[in-house]
Amino acid sequence: MTSAVAAGETAIELTGIGKRFPGVIANHDIDITIQAGTIHALVGENGAGKSTLMKILYGVQKPDDGTIKVNGAEVSFATPSDAIAHGLGMVFQHFMLADNLTVLENVVLGAESLHGIGDDARAEITRISEVYGFGLDPDELVESLGVGERQRVEILKVLFRGARIIILDEPTAVLVPHEVDALFENLRRLRDQGHTLIFISHKLDEVLAIADHITVIRRGTTVASVLPSETTSRGLAELMVGSELPSPSTEESTVTETVLLAVRDLEVTDEDGRQELAEISFDIHAGEIVGIAGVEGNGQTELVEAIIGMRHLSRGTVTMSGTDITHWTTRQRRESGIGYIPEDRHRHGLLLDSPLWENRILGHQSRPPSVVGPWLNLRGARADAERIIAEYDVRTPGVGTNARALSGGNQQKFIVGREMSGDPKILVASHPTRGVDVGAQAQIWSHIKAARKDGLAVLLISADLDELIGLSDSIRVLLRGRLVGRFDPQSVTPQELGSAMTGAGDDR
Amino acid sequence: MNVLRRVLLGLAAPVLALIVAGLFTTLLLLLTGDDVGGFWDTMLSWPKNRNLVNILNSASVLYLSGVAAAIGFRMNLFNIGVEGQYKVAMFAAAVFAGQAWLPGKLNVIAAVLVAMIAGAIWAGIAGILRTTRGVSEVISTIMLNAIAGPLVGYFLAKWGQSTGNSTQTKPIPEESWVGGITIFSDSVTKLYGLSLLAVVVGVLFWLVLNRTRFGFDLRATGSSESAAIASGVNTKRMIVISMLLSGAVAGLVGLPVLFGNSHNYGASFQAGLGFAGIAVALLGRNNPVGIAFGALIFAFLTEQGNLLNIMAGISPDIVAVTQGVIVIAVVIAYEVVRRARTRIEQAAVADALAAEKGAAA
Ligand SMILES: Nc1ncnc2c1ncn2[C@@H]1O[C@H](COP(=O)(O)OP(=O)(O)OP(=O)(O)O)[C@@H](O)[C@H]1O
Ligand SMILES: [Mg+2]
Repeated sequence: MTSAVAAGETAIELTGIGKRFPGVIANHDIDITIQAGTIHALVGENGAGKSTLMKILYGVQKPDDGTIKVNGAEVSFATPSDAIAHGLGMVFQHFMLADNLTVLENVVLGAESLHGIGDDARAEITRISEVYGFGLDPDELVESLGVGERQRVEILKVLFRGARIIILDEPTAVLVPHEVDALFENLRRLRDQGHTLIFISHKLDEVLAIADHITVIRRGTTVASVLPSETTSRGLAELMVGSELPSPSTEESTVTETVLLAVRDLEVTDEDGRQELAEISFDIHAGEIVGIAGVEGNGQTELVEAIIGMRHLSRGTVTMSGTDITHWTTRQRRESGIGYIPEDRHRHGLLLDSPLWENRILGHQSRPPSVVGPWLNLRGARADAERIIAEYDVRTPGVGTNARALSGGNQQKFIVGREMSGDPKILVASHPTRGVDVGAQAQIWSHIKAARKDGLAVLLISADLDELIGLSDSIRVLLRGRLVGRFDPQSVTPQELGSAMTGAGDDR
Repeated sequence: MNVLRRVLLGLAAPVLALIVAGLFTTLLLLLTGDDVGGFWDTMLSWPKNRNLVNILNSASVLYLSGVAAAIGFRMNLFNIGVEGQYKVAMFAAAVFAGQAWLPGKLNVIAAVLVAMIAGAIWAGIAGILRTTRGVSEVISTIMLNAIAGPLVGYFLAKWGQSTGNSTQTKPIPEESWVGGITIFSDSVTKLYGLSLLAVVVGVLFWLVLNRTRFGFDLRATGSSESAAIASGVNTKRMIVISMLLSGAVAGLVGLPVLFGNSHNYGASFQAGLGFAGIAVALLGRNNPVGIAFGALIFAFLTEQGNLLNIMAGISPDIVAVTQGVIVIAVVIAYEVVRRARTRIEQAAVADALAAEKGAAA
C-alpha cells in the first residue's frame, strides 16, 4: 500500500518535465519536489503551464521530456487509471457529477470493484465523510447539493479510490469565502492524516493561508520555490509576472439618472413548477455596476439566463431603455447591445473546436465587424480577434488556434474582450474574472471601469467578494431565489456580506 | 507548415482508408478462393469512355445525396431519410412534369421546384416532430422511409399507366426532356443535363456554410448547441430549416435520371441512393470538396465492379463490402492522421526551441 510512506518523505519528484503543443511550449525544464503530508501550492500566470503539468502527473497527457517519481519510484502513466493505481487523484475545476444520481451512486460509478455498490460502499463513504468532516449523506441526490458540497463529493470520489496524493486545480474559484474556509478545514484534516495535496489557485491570499510550500511557474518553467512565511501576495505576484503589478486606483462614481435595465417582479419556475426566482426587482443606470452576491445555486444562473432571454419568465418584466424586452429572443437582446459573459465558459461561451476568429463571431453573428449583411466578414473577424488578443493579453499563437488549446484563464480573457466589443449598453457578467491571474484581473477590472465611465450598465455576479466590493456601485444579495439585502460597497465588510449570503442575518 | 505538407496530410486519411479497404477485400477474396489477380486487374483498369460517363453520372447523383445528408450532419441532425425523401420527390416531379401543364423548359424548372418542395415537406415532418414532440429524427426519418415506398406505390397504382406488367407515371413530353451533354464523341452515353445541379448545389453548399451568417449558426449549433443558444441562435428554428434544406436537396437526387433517361417514374427507379449518400458524406467528412471525392470513388468502384462477373467471375457484391470497409476505415484514419499531424507540429516547436537555444548559447 502506498499509505506506508511517512510524512517528510518525498511523495512526488518531477525532473526536467517538458510538454509542447502546436505553436506553444506549455512546459519545459520543470523541477518540483513535493514532500509527503504537505499542502503544496502551484501559482503562475494564465497559460504558465500549471494545468498541463498536473494533467501530465495524472496521466491525462504524456510528457515529451523528463521523469516522474511517485514515492521514490519512477513511473510512466499511460492513462489516469495508472495514476489512480499509484494513489493519485485529481479534482478538476469543472465538476463531473451526475445531478440525478445520489452521492453514493456518483462515488461508486466506475469504481464498483472496490467496495461494491451496496452497504459496503455506503459504509466506506460514511467513514471517509466522518474522518475528514465532510458531512455528506450517501443517499442524498447530488442535484440538491450546493457547490461546496459538490466539491466535497468530488474529493470523496478520489479518496474512495484510495488516493493519497490529491491534485486540486483551482478548487476555490467557484466558492464564496465561508465555503473556502470549510474547504481549507477539510484539506488540513486530510494533510494531518498523511495525505499529500497539490493546490492550484490564482487567489494568492488563499495560497499563503493554506500552503506549506509554494512553487512559482512562469512561462512554462519553475522559477522559484518559496515558503509562505517568507513572502507576501505582492511578492508572489511579482515572481509570477517577473515584474511589478499595477496598483489599483480608486475612482469616483459615474452613476447617471438614465435607467438602462429595469427588472420588475421577475419570477422563474422550473419544469416542475418550483420557484427558482421570485419578486426580483431592480434598476441599473447608465454608468452603474450592480453587484449580486450569493452562494452559487441561489438563483444566479436563472437570473442571468432570464435577462439574456434563455429562460422563460413565469411573471414579471424586463425593460431596456424604456422598451419592454420581456418577450424578445436572445438574438434580439444581444443585437440591441447586451453583452454576456457566461458563468460556464465551456458550455455557453465558446466553440471549443473552432478557431479564435470564429469564436469572435459567436454571439455577434449579426453585427459588424464580423458580418456584412447576411455574409460573414472573415477579414473583419480576424482583425478584431487580433485586437482582442492584444488588448486583453490573451496568450495564444494566433487567431487560427482552436479555443480548446487556450488555458482556462486565457479563454476567459478572450470572452471578456469579445463581450466588451461593439460598445455594449448593458453587460451581464457572471464571474468575469473566474480563473484569471491577478495581473489579468486588474486589467479586466480597468476595462470594465473605463466602459462604465462611458455609460455601460453592468450586472455583476461574482463569488469573489473583493471584486464585488471593489467594482460595484451597489450590492444586492441573492438568497434562495430572492433579493434579500442591499448594501453600500463603500461601507460593507466581506463578513457582513458573507452572513447575509448564508441567511445568518435572518436570525438577528 | 507549408501548403504542400498540408495538402498531403489532408489526403493521407482517405488514401489510408482506401489501402485498408483494398487489403481487406484482397484477404476476403483469398479466403473465398477467388481470382485476386483478376479482381485487381478489373478494378484498376482504366474505364472505357462510356464507363467514364457512367461514373460521372452516378457520382453527380451520389453527390446530391451526400450533400443532402451532410447538411443535417453538420448540425448533428441525422437525416437517415434521404432515401424516402428523394423517392417521394422524384415521384411528385414525374407526375407533375407528366401533366405537361407548362411548356418546354418551364415545365422542367417547375418540376425541379416541385421535387425540392416535396423532399422538403417529407423531411420537414421529421423536423417538426423533433422540435414539437422531441421525437428523434433518426427514428422518424427511418419510419418515413418505410412509409414512402408503399405510399408512392399506392399512388402509382392509382394514377400510373400500365404497360405490360409494369406501371409508370405518364411520360414527360419530349419537349421537356433535358438532353445529355456529349463528353466523348466516340461514345453514345452522355452526361445527364441535370447532373450540373450537383455543381450548383456544391458551390451553394460551400458558400452558405462557410461564408454566411446562416451557415455559421448551423455550424455553431452542430459543434455546441448550448453555446449556440447563448449566442442567440434559435436552435428549434435551425433544426426545422436544416431539415427542410436537407430534404430539398434530397429532392434533386432523382431528377438527372428522370429528365435525362427514364422520363417517367416507374420500375426504373434506382433504390439505395439515399443510403449511399450517407456513406459518401461520411467519407467526405461533410465537406463540399470531400463529398465530391467520396462520390467519385463510390461511383468508380460500382462501375468497375459491374465488370467483375464477366472479367473475373466474381460477384459485384464484393464491391459493396469494399465500400463499407472504406467508410469504417476512413473514420479511424482521420483520427490517426489528426494525431500524426499534432506530433509533427510538436516536433516543429521543439526544433524551433532548440534553434533558439543554440542561437542564445
Ligand atoms: N490541448 C492543448 N493544445 C494546444 N495547446 C495547449 C493545450 N493545452 C494547453 N495548451 C497551451 O499550453 C499552455 C499552458 O496551458 P495551461 O492550461 O497548462 O495553463 P495554466 O497555467 O493552467 O493557465 P490558467 O491559469 O489560465 O489555467 C497555454 O499556452 C495553452 O495555450
Ligand atoms: Mg489551468
